[in-house]
Amino acid sequence: MSDYISHDHEHDGIDRRGFLKCMAWAGTGVLWTVSGGVLVSKTLAQIAKAGKPVPATDLSFLQISDSHIGFNKAANKDVTETFKIALDRINAMPTPPSFLIHTGDITQLSKPEEFDTFDQVLKSCRVKDVFFVPGEHDVLNDGGKLYRERYLKSVEGKGSGWYSFNKNGVHFIALVNVLDLQAGGLGQLGDEQLEWLEDDVKGLGSDTPIVVFAHIPLWTVYPQWGWGTSDSERALGYLKRFGSVTVLNGHIHQVLQKVEGNVTFHTAMSTAFPQPAPGTAPSPGPMTVPAEKLRSMLGLTSVQYKQGNTGLAVVDSNLS
Amino acid sequence: MKTFNSKIKIAALLCGISSLSLSALPGEMKDTGSSGAGQNRIEIKDFAFNPPTVTVKSGEKVTWINRDEEPHTVVSVEKQFKKSSALDTDQEFTITAGAPGTYTYYCSVHPKMTGTIVVEK
Repeated sequence: MSDYISHDHEHDGIDRRGFLKCMAWAGTGVLWTVSGGVLVSKTLAQIAKAGKPVPATDLSFLQISDSHIGFNKAANKDVTETFKIALDRINAMPTPPSFLIHTGDITQLSKPEEFDTFDQVLKSCRVKDVFFVPGEHDVLNDGGKLYRERYLKSVEGKGSGWYSFNKNGVHFIALVNVLDLQAGGLGQLGDEQLEWLEDDVKGLGSDTPIVVFAHIPLWTVYPQWGWGTSDSERALGYLKRFGSVTVLNGHIHQVLQKVEGNVTFHTAMSTAFPQPAPGTAPSPGPMTVPAEKLRSMLGLTSVQYKQGNTGLAVVDSNLS
Repeated sequence: MKTFNSKIKIAALLCGISSLSLSALPGEMKDTGSSGAGQNRIEIKDFAFNPPTVTVKSGEKVTWINRDEEPHTVVSVEKQFKKSSALDTDQEFTITAGAPGTYTYYCSVHPKMTGTIVVEK
């Protein structure tokens, strides 16, 4: 199958067909590589197919998102299994990533047993270092108490659970934008977190590569569906002076990317089920494709981001 | 026949007790905790409350039912009635309308979703 983009009305490097190909991607992860301060992404399927080690770089890490453990409806009756498949892909990588980030919606309903299942399955992953941010599904009834007890042990979480850390000269910022949401509004960071962020990056040189991760997109993807964060502009204002800022989000269960100056915004696939493209369905709820199709689609399509390209390259990598 | 009459009397008595216990305090709406289905039903479907505005009489029950595959909540904007827990598919939440007034609410998981309950005397 061809990989070219036939229609690109939005000039965003992605056409409808390419977009649908992205949808085939549930159950995989994205490998992010920091090379010379710029992030490049490859799918695991692609790396596994190549059978070669990841080229020597400063740092590599992996993003997984939206596991929704506990979801059992038509869109995917076994989300635990597809989460396992994602971990199998990680385990099959010739060179393991340094660590994982999970961009939220670990569970469907914030239930202790759902968190238990996730933790149990995660043990099978050979990469043990995992950094989390919560999705709205992880903080449903207790304001995120259970989430924080479980997933902030290795970091110094502030407020409702935000934190930062450094790896190989890259500054990572984990933000929480799923709590205290206001009626009629979008995702929200809040004043306390924004003040912390301003302070957190104050002492950093402008050449420090920055990676920000949070659940709900920090750019306005589709406000009609709540796909955006009301005060993200202020957060990005504090990051304006940096030469390389990469924003990694989940929530919308599909790959979308936007480049704005030095900032690259990217949303990841889910390991559970796809959601419709913005505005293409009555609601952003789970999108059902035949179960056998979902499974066979795993690892079929990859998305690459390369330095110098402003858009996504959507590439077929059919393993069957 | 005698037994039947007694049953009606007991039922009437029970109804009386339950309506007494359900009368809400002025200025607030009360969570009845039951799934008592009246005609004031609000369906949560496609990330929306339908109908978005419902007019009820004070003392009547209002029931939400979630028909989405996504959890939703019912939360009073002004915290005028007890919020629901996260409602999974087909789960219900019922309150009893309190003092007359306009009560706006939203889904705290998907705050774009808003609705209004108008309570009349």
